Order: sequence, then C-alpha cells, then structure tokens
Amino acid sequence: MSDNLMELLAASLGETLYMVVVAIAIACLLGIPLGIILTITRKDHILPNAPVHNILGAIVNAIRSVPFIILMVAIIPFTRLVVGSSIGTTAAIVPLTITCAPFVARIIESSMLEIDPGVIEMAQSMGASPWQIIWKVMLPESLHSIFLGITLALISLIGASAMAGALGGGGLGDLAIRYGYQRFQTDVMVATVIVLIVLVQGVQSIGNTVSRKLNKNKIS
Amino acid sequence: MIQLVNVEKTYYSKAGNIEALKKTNLEIRDGEIFGIIGLSGAGKSTLIRCINMLEVPTGGQVFVDGQEMTALSGAALRKARQNIGMIFQHFNLLASRTVEENVAFPLEIQGLPKDQIRVRVAELLKLVQLDTRKDYYPSQLSGGQKQRVGIARALASNPKVLLSDEATSALDPQTTQSILALLKDINRKLNLTIVLITHQMEVVKEICDRVAVIENGNILEEGSMYRVFTNPQQDTTKEFVRTVNDIKLPPLFRKDRVKQSYFPGAKLIVNLEFLSDPDAPETKDGTADAYQPVVSTIIKKFGVDVNILSGKVDYLKDAPYGTLLVEVIGGEDAIRQSLAYLESVHVKREVLGYVG
Repeated sequence: MSDNLMELLAASLGETLYMVVVAIAIACLLGIPLGIILTITRKDHILPNAPVHNILGAIVNAIRSVPFIILMVAIIPFTRLVVGSSIGTTAAIVPLTITCAPFVARIIESSMLEIDPGVIEMAQSMGASPWQIIWKVMLPESLHSIFLGITLALISLIGASAMAGALGGGGLGDLAIRYGYQRFQTDVMVATVIVLIVLVQGVQSIGNTVSRKLNKNKIS
Repeated sequence: MIQLVNVEKTYYSKAGNIEALKKTNLEIRDGEIFGIIGLSGAGKSTLIRCINMLEVPTGGQVFVDGQEMTALSGAALRKARQNIGMIFQHFNLLASRTVEENVAFPLEIQGLPKDQIRVRVAELLKLVQLDTRKDYYPSQLSGGQKQRVGIARALASNPKVLLSDEATSALDPQTTQSILALLKDINRKLNLTIVLITHQMEVVKEICDRVAVIENGNILEEGSMYRVFTNPQQDTTKEFVRTVNDIKLPPLFRKDRVKQSYFPGAKLIVNLEFLSDPDAPETKDGTADAYQPVVSTIIKKFGVDVNILSGKVDYLKDAPYGTLLVEVIGGEDAIRQSLAYLESVHVKREVLGYVG
C-alpha cells in the first residue's frame, strides 16, 4: 500500500506540475504584454489611451470575477476547440491559463506602478522611445517585484489545479478527492496535503530568493 | 542658446484651470549658468520642463540651439532631447543598474556600439571622480555620489545644455558645495550652458551668472546675479537675498534705543555695502567700492571714530561683496560730512539710525 501510495503521489505530483508550469508559462506570455499595455495606457503614463485602458481593464476584471469552477465549466466548448477534449490534465491547462493571465496582468501593472515616475521622466528626458522605456527601464526596474507576484500567481494556480482535478483534470487535487475523500483513505488525504504544503513552501521560498537577488534596492 | 517666446502653460481640469506659467520670455546665453529661483509652486519646475518639452507648453515657442522644440514631436523630439542633459533632485538613477550601466543608459538609447560606450563611460566617471565606484549599485552610494552619477549620465551624450532640476535640494550643505563646484567646473571646461532651478539663494549666489526670480508663473525680475543680489527690486527677491545676507542690529541696539534723527551726542549706525559688480566698468579698472579704503578715509578726513559692529566679506560667484555694520562717533557735522563722502564714492549705505 505504501509503495502504491508513493507511486500515486509521484504520478499526481507530476500531473500537477505539468498543468501548473504550462499554465503559468502561457499566462505570462499573455499577461505580461497585457499588464504592460494596462500600465502605459494609463493617464499620465507614457502612452495614455483611455479607451484601450478601460476596455482591457474591463475584460480583465470580468474574467477575474468569475469563480474558477464556473469558468472551467463555462468554457468547455472553447477547451474542446483548443485541445480536442474537455477532460484530462491537458484540458485543465486551458481554464487554468485563462484564469491566471488576467491575474498576471494585474501583477505586472501593480509592479510597474511602483516604479518612481521620476525614473521614467529621466528616460524621456534622455530621448528614450516608449519601447526603450519598457525594455530598459520598466521591466528591469520592476523585475524583482514581478517575480514575487508571479510566485503568488503560481501558488494560486496550484490551488486552482486541485479544483481542476475535481473535473477530471488529474493531479494532486484529484488524488485527494478520489482516494482521500471518496474512498475514506485518510492516509492518502494527509499525504496529499503534505505534498501540497511542501510544494507551496518550496515555490514561495524560491520566489523570495530570486526576488531578493534581483532587488538591488537593498544594501547587501 | 535658449529662447522662450511667450511661453505659457495652463493645466486644464474640471476643478478649474491652473496657469502654471504665464506668458514668459527668456533668453539664456551660450555658456552661462542661468538660475531660476522661486518658492515651490512658483512655476519653475514647469518652466524648466518646457525647455526639453517634458511639459508641452500650451502657447509660445521654445528654441534650443536654434531649433524650435515646440515644433517637434515623436522621433525628432527624442533626437533633440539627446542634446539636452538633465539632472534631478532625487537623482532618478536606475536601481537595477550599476553606476557604470546608469551612465551608459543614454548612450544605449542612442544605439552606440558597446566598446564605444565603455570608453566614454570611463571618461565620464573619471570626470565626476567615481571611477572606483563603477560596479556599485545606487543603493550603495551616498547622495552626493548619486548626484555625480546623475551628472555623468547627463553629460554622456555631449549635450550643449544641462538642465538642473533642484539638483542640490536633497543634499547636505557640504555635499551641495561639492556638487556646485563640479557644475561650475564642467560649465567652464565644456562651455556647457546650464539652466538650474532652485529655491536656495545659496546655490544662485555660488554659481549663477544671471538669475530670474519667478513667482505665480511670472518672472518678477531678471538680470545679472550680482545686480539682482546687491540691488533687488521686488519684495520676493529681497526675501531671497535676506536668506543668505541678513543684516541685523546687534541685540545691544534694541529698536527702542534707535532714533531716526540725530540728537546731540548720538552715534550713527550705518550699514555699508562694498560692491564689485563684474559687469561694471569700475570693477574692470580696479576702482570698485570693494577695493576702496573708505573707512580709514572718513576717519582721517572728518576726525570721526568708527567702530565695527559686524561685517563679512563674501563672494558672489567669483566677485567679492562685503558688508560692514559700523557706528560712527563724532559731531553732527562730521557725521553729515562722512555720509556725504560715502555717497560721493558710491558706497551703498543704509542708515539704520542713531543711538545715544
């Protein structure tokens, strides 16, 4: 039983990591540009554009207001269109990405708004283009804060992925529900929770370390 | 070098329009250090930002080195900005870049090759005496060092004009002096035109050739720093001058003891100013008041005694400027004659009154 449990745990952990890593990667790909656009189109920023800002902001807010479990069911047709199936680990990546991307966008936006406006003004005074300001000022200056935010997004994805398990997504959440809850195997439940705790702790401390390394603001 | 023609800036908002800068005309000459002094909210920040179009004026024209900035936008404006360096009160260094990388920033913006950047940055760091700190991050530097990095960065692209936005306001007095000395030095070495805004008369006194006083978006007065300092016309200007040059009666002579007219046995209290305006002919031929032995002359000529109560000799940029608060002891005639003599040799004097 114990060997069996280890195998189950290892397989589920693998599925969880697969879902979460792929989802965060795609979410960043979508969310980072979105966050940058949300930032620079603000009034008083480098390319103010109220319509673009308001429309994107509204979309982001709308997606973020839908509870994950409902979003997952609601977009089943879309999921089927993208991956060919609405059930399974790969299928779970679609709703995970969609729920995470707007979150990443807001993280990017709030990290970039922490940058002292004086620094952006400096870049403008030196004749930097908006593109150069984004690449050479905004991204590097907020990178440590962005990293911490993405850690946060990753951890919330781990939580959401457990929920995806309930709809046949596989992973640690699925294991806990099927074995721990439905078959009353408390040991599986406890083991799963322990693995999740270790996973979250690990992700957070890696995130903290990297962010600290990137942050040159503190005297080290 | 810089001309502002009827430049205006109004901020429009629902709560009401704010005229930050009213029709302003200003000419800044090639190679001079021009100071704009005003209290916070006077419009000096807006004024300096209109020069490099960080604030786009709502009216008028700005010319820098013959080019009309107000006619430019987009890439052409960015190109023109590369000829105008700027330094800031809070330095605005990039925290994620080392000293060397910060100075390289404007050169990267211009797309210079890496090896060329390295050579230029090394030169600049030497100029601001930070060559041993090139791998430090801004958080590891003192305020003065940060401003030196800011100056090196502003000079990187060999600009013709340097705009200084309260560059010393966040620094302690000692560091302020060293930054001002550096600015004076680069002004001379590179024939760089410097426009600085400040609320500190100390700064103006130390390095400016000419100065404009701004209040409520208007330029109140403008002229050579020596003239504005020694002969201020407006109350605000007088207020600024007083911050660095306040002549007070010693506590011994309280108001109630000082009479406005002569009475038998009274001593005259007078403040004398010795001027040597660098633009005046008497300074050039060495006959300026500051060089004249007027005190010993009145003692010998009119038989008065002169007692020095307080005094100082100061320098306005490089021109000497002295004040002397004295009491003149003698008869009514001798005092009158002494005053007449002082008037004849153009010593600026202010009679504070007579005491017993």
